[in-house]
Amino acid sequence: MNARSNGKAVVVENLEKRFGGFVAVDRISFEVSTGEIFGFLGPNGAGKSTTIRMLCGILEPSSGKGTVAGFDIQTEPERIKSQIGYMSQRFSLYEDLTVEENIDFFSGIYRIPPEKKQERKKWVIEMAGLQEHRNSRTAILSGGWKQRLALGCAILHEPPIIFLDEPTSGVDPISRRQFWNLIYELSGKGVTVFVTTHYMDEAEYCDRLGLIYRGELIASGPPAVLKTELMQEDVLEVLCERPQDAMGEIERAPGIKEVALFGKGLHVVAEDGDAAVSAIRNILDDRGYRTDRIEKIVPSLEDVFVSLIEAHDRLEQPQEEVRR
Amino acid sequence: MKMLRVRAVARKEFIHIIRDPRSLGMAIAMPMLMLVLFGYALTLDVDRVPLVVWDQSGSHVSREFISRFSGSRYFSVRSYVSRYQELEGAIDTGRALVALVVPRDFAGRVESGRTAQVQLIVDGSDSNTATIAMGYAQAIARTYSQEVVLRQIQRAGGRTLVMPLDLRPRVWFNTELESKNYIVPGLIAVIMMVIAALLTSLTVAREWERGTMEQLISTPIEGKELILGKLIPYFCIGMLDVLIAVLMGQFLFHIPLRGSVPLLFLMSAIFLAGTLSLGMFISIVSKSQLLATQLAMVLTFLPSFLLSGFMYAIVNMPKPLQLITHVIPARYFVALLKGIYLKGVGLEILGFDAGLLAVFSVVMATLANRKFKKKLE
Repeated sequence: MNARSNGKAVVVENLEKRFGGFVAVDRISFEVSTGEIFGFLGPNGAGKSTTIRMLCGILEPSSGKGTVAGFDIQTEPERIKSQIGYMSQRFSLYEDLTVEENIDFFSGIYRIPPEKKQERKKWVIEMAGLQEHRNSRTAILSGGWKQRLALGCAILHEPPIIFLDEPTSGVDPISRRQFWNLIYELSGKGVTVFVTTHYMDEAEYCDRLGLIYRGELIASGPPAVLKTELMQEDVLEVLCERPQDAMGEIERAPGIKEVALFGKGLHVVAEDGDAAVSAIRNILDDRGYRTDRIEKIVPSLEDVFVSLIEAHDRLEQPQEEVRR
Repeated sequence: MKMLRVRAVARKEFIHIIRDPRSLGMAIAMPMLMLVLFGYALTLDVDRVPLVVWDQSGSHVSREFISRFSGSRYFSVRSYVSRYQELEGAIDTGRALVALVVPRDFAGRVESGRTAQVQLIVDGSDSNTATIAMGYAQAIARTYSQEVVLRQIQRAGGRTLVMPLDLRPRVWFNTELESKNYIVPGLIAVIMMVIAALLTSLTVAREWERGTMEQLISTPIEGKELILGKLIPYFCIGMLDVLIAVLMGQFLFHIPLRGSVPLLFLMSAIFLAGTLSLGMFISIVSKSQLLATQLAMVLTFLPSFLLSGFMYAIVNMPKPLQLITHVIPARYFVALLKGIYLKGVGLEILGFDAGLLAVFSVVMATLANRKFKKKLE
C-alpha cells in the first residue's frame, strides 16, 4: 500500500467506460476503505465486471479518475498489479496443469522468494482442501475446488487488496459458505476485499455495498443502512390463507405499490405502512380471508434493490421519451 | 526482465506441449513427414523417360539408331508398336511420354548420304519434362548424325578426322545434377518456416480464448517476459526439428554437407527466432486460434514455397516478383542453406544473407513485443 492511499484502498471519481455507443459504466464515484469487504451488487450486465477490470488496470477507462492502493489506474496500472490479487469470472487456471504446477506457475509469476514458496504452496493446498489432489490435473476438480485454488493462486503474493469477480457463480452452497469464511479470514488480516455478486444473501455478508444498475451506481452504504434508510416505502408482511388469491384483493387497496409472494406469505410495498395495515386488514376481513399477521418489517436487501431499480426506471422513462 | 518469471512461463509452456499429443505431433512428426513426402515427390530429375518406338524401317541401321535411345539412361523403351493407333494409345494412357517413329526409307537414305527424317512425338502436357526429353533426343540425333558424316568422310578421304571443337562440361557443387541435392536443403527452410509459425501462432491466442490471459495480464508480468518464456520451449523444439532434418538429409537423402555444421545451426537458430516471433505476432494480433493458424499458413507456406528460390530460381522470375522475394525471410535462409550444404562456403560469402536474416528476427521480435498489450479491448 502506498503512502498516497490515505486509508482508502480504492477511490473512484466519475469513472466511465463506453464500448462504441453503449455506456457500460456511467460516471460512477465511490470509495473503499482499507480492510473492508466491499460488495458490488447488481444484475448481470450492470457493469460490475467492467468496473472491476478497470480497477485492476486491464481495461482502459473512457474517462474519469481512479486510484487503487494509491496508484492511478490510468497512468500506473503496472504498479497496481503488484498490489492486487484478481480472480476473474472464469476460473483462470490451466486445466492441463496439476494443482501444484498451477501454484508453482503463479509463484514464479509473482516472484515469491524460494524460502517462502513452500510455505505459501502448503497454505494454498490446505486452504483449498486439495491435500489429496495435489498431483491431479485441475480439469477434473469440482467447481468449489477450482474456485478455492484460483483464489489461492491469485493471492499467493499476499496482496493487500483482492478483487473477486462473481467468485461463487456456479458453485454449490456449501462451497459458497466455505468461500465466504475464507474471505472473512482474509479481511480479518487487514486485506481489502472487493467482491461482485448478484446473490442477495452474499451481499449481506459485506461491510459495505454498492448497488449498480445499468452502469449507474444507484446506492451505496452498509447493508443495514441501505435497508432502513434508503427505501421510501414501507414493507409489510402479510400471513393469511390462500395468499395467491389474496394478492389480487390487496393490490386493489389504496396506497399499495406492489404485492409479491414471499415464503408462506406476502410482502406488500406501501407508501404509508400504518395506513396500509388497517386497509389490508379491512379488505381481507370483508372478503372472508383469515389473517394470522399483518405487520411492518425491515425490508430485505432484495426489497430495497427492487424498489430502487423501479424508482430509477420511473425517473429514466420520461427522460428517454424526451430523448426520442 | 525477471528470469524467475520467464522460467515459470517457459516451464508451464513445456508442460502444455508435452500434455497435448497434437501439438507434440505437429512439432516433431509433421516436419519429418513433410521432409519425406517432399523430398521424394519433389524431384525435377528427368531420366528413364518412357519411350514407345515404331520402327517402320526394320533394318539394322534403324535398330542401331534406336539402340542409342534404349542404351541411354535418359530413355527407357517401353514397347515397340506397328500401328499409329497403338502409338497414340501409349501416349494417351501415359504409358509413354515420347514416341519415336523411324520411317520406311530411313536405312536407304542414311546409307546413300541423304537426309533422313525421324519423327519424335512428345507429350507436352508436362512442359518441363517434354522440353528436357526433347533436348535429350536432339542430342542423341546430333551425335548420331555426326558419326554418320564422319564415317562417310573417312571412307571417302581415307584418313581419320578430328572434330574441331570439344566442349567438356564440368558441373560444380552438385556434380550429379540431382535435384534432391538442392531441393532438400531448401526444403528444410520451408518446413522450419511453416512449423515454427504454426507452433507459436496458437500459444497466445489460446490463452485469450480460454480466459487465462485475463488472469495473466492482471499480474505484474511484463510482456517481454511472457513472450520470451513462451518462445523458449518452441525454440528448443524447433532446433530439435533442425537436427532431425539435417540427420535425415545426411542418412536418408545423402545430401552432401560440405560447409560448417556449427554455422548451419547458428543460422537456423537465427531464422527460427524470427519465424517463432512471427507466429507469436500473428497470435497476438488475431486473438483466436482458428484465425491464427490460417494466417500463419497463408503468410508462411506459399511465400516461402514459391518465392524463396527454394525450387524456382529467383533470377527467372518477373522483375516485380523478384522485388517481392526480398521481404520473404526464407529467401535468405534458403540461400544460406544451399551455400553451406552444396558450396561449402561460409560467412565471407553469405554474410549479407545472414545479416538480413538477423534483421528479420530482430524486427519480428520487436513487433511481437510492441503489439502485446496487457489490456482487454
